Amino acid sequence: MNQDEIEKLKEICKVNRRNIIKTIHNAKSGHPGGALSACDILTVLFEKVMNCYPEWEKSENHAKRDRFVLSKGHASAGLYSVLAHRGFIKEEELMGFRQINRLLQGHPNTHIPGVEVPTGSLGQGLSLSCGIAMALKLDKNPAHVFCLLGDGELQEGSCWEAFMHAPHRGLNNVTAIIDKNNLQIDGNVDKIKSVDVLTDKLKAFNWNVIEIDGHDIEQIYDALMKSKTSDIPTAIVAKTIKGKGVSFMENQVGWHGKNPNDEECAKALEDLK
Amino acid sequence: MIDRAKKSSIRSAYGNALVEVGTENENIVVLDADVAASTQSKIFQKAFPERFFDMGIAEQDMIATSAGLASQGKIPFASCFAVFASGRAYDQVRNSVCYPKFNVKVVGTHGGITVGEDGASHQALEDVALMRAIPNMTVIVPADSQECREAVKYAATHDGPFYIRVARSNVPDIFDENYKLDNKGNVMCEGADVTIVTNGETLAEALDASEILKSSGIGATVINMPFVKPLNSDIILKHAAGKKLVVTVENHSIIGGLGSAVCEVLSENAPTKVLRIGINDTFGQSGNANLLLEHYGLSAEKIVEKIKEKLKDNK
Repeated sequence: MNQDEIEKLKEICKVNRRNIIKTIHNAKSGHPGGALSACDILTVLFEKVMNCYPEWEKSENHAKRDRFVLSKGHASAGLYSVLAHRGFIKEEELMGFRQINRLLQGHPNTHIPGVEVPTGSLGQGLSLSCGIAMALKLDKNPAHVFCLLGDGELQEGSCWEAFMHAPHRGLNNVTAIIDKNNLQIDGNVDKIKSVDVLTDKLKAFNWNVIEIDGHDIEQIYDALMKSKTSDIPTAIVAKTIKGKGVSFMENQVGWHGKNPNDEECAKALEDLK
Repeated sequence: MIDRAKKSSIRSAYGNALVEVGTENENIVVLDADVAASTQSKIFQKAFPERFFDMGIAEQDMIATSAGLASQGKIPFASCFAVFASGRAYDQVRNSVCYPKFNVKVVGTHGGITVGEDGASHQALEDVALMRAIPNMTVIVPADSQECREAVKYAATHDGPFYIRVARSNVPDIFDENYKLDNKGNVMCEGADVTIVTNGETLAEALDASEILKSSGIGATVINMPFVKPLNSDIILKHAAGKKLVVTVENHSIIGGLGSAVCEVLSENAPTKVLRIGINDTFGQSGNANLLLEHYGLSAEKIVEKIKEKLKDNK
């Protein structure tokens, strides 16, 4: 990727972050912290790494698409903003987020173009991804599956059933990305129930582990591209900042699941100019 | 009376039926959680090793993986003991399978008190209640090997999530190979006084009970109701009308299963006295399957006793 492309992606990340804030502000509910920490990863995935066909089921290339699973389903505002920018959904849909009889549910479901499987109940996304990967292998389909998990989410034991499963079955068409922002609702992940040392754990589970700065566009891109050609499943441990990009939300546990009021929204958008 | 000497393994019927449907449709895949020899899904494994996946002792992973497979057009049959399929993996069944209406067939074997010697931890007595409560789920409880075979074929050819609950024990053969499963239920015999609604292993007991009742001058209609959901209310209302009593018999808790479903239909449409025979809100225990059936009041003789008692009370 050249510098121009990197700068362009950074701009798109800003647009997407602004949409996260506007979406949650308008809904008067949602999860800004984890959406902002995952925003750069989601943007690079959908804008640069994945084979995407935003016409979704109407596309003649639909079967060739790379698959994405948002295991940390509460980062939905992040995913929806990225899907809107990429053209899967209309941008005006964002203003229906979490509203009755509208498309964009609080947590992703399969009515939404770009969403393969429903998520929201934590600890299921990686198993779902492995199922998708197995189906692709059975069909000799070379598409790749990307799954984004939270670090707090890894306290769900079912995640580790899937971490055991993927390497065992040689599912090198799965990439797990862990958005390691070290915050969960009740506080710091390492204080509540530590998931460290994560890299060592995943290596012991026979994953190809890559550590990156989850806000560095180039590192995100390189790791994701490398993961596509690995012989064994790849886990990308992405160190991130919860609330990234909004000064008063960064590393603040209180912004896990709280909507900004009008004043906070204006200030956040100012930060994201 | 039912010929108790002529029994066959309902679980082998499951394994063989998988091969049957798997031969016809190559999108069918089978998953198990380290109990392939018990559920008999190993019969499919032998026939189609490339489409069989042993997920190890990880029921949650098995169900969510099945959902992932189904999201891409596969038709997974995921089997393990009923208590774990419905309990351990409940959240996966609810959120990953039923919410998106994925084409996953959850098969719980070793359902009911007749699990026997393994005891309470392994006796699924609430599974039908749990599965029935989830939107989009179809629940079938087959009574014998032929009906189990039919249930697998039905599930394989009807889109959407299914829960099929299979017994552990060998069960008497009731239906012949020409029997076709009907989601409307079927009237097995008719009598004027009481109507017994049942399914699964207790169908044989209810049929024998109706014979015994007949010899005491009590006429019993027996309805086989393999589909607990969707439940065909027509057949229940038709055969409840004019009867002294409606009885439900199930190898399951009296809370939330077939008995509750029948009561829901009757109380909304034609309030009728219902005697629910099942496990009375208690955990089971270890023991011989037949002795347990009798101990918990599900044998033909016990069913007769309870019906006679209730009829006396009603007078």
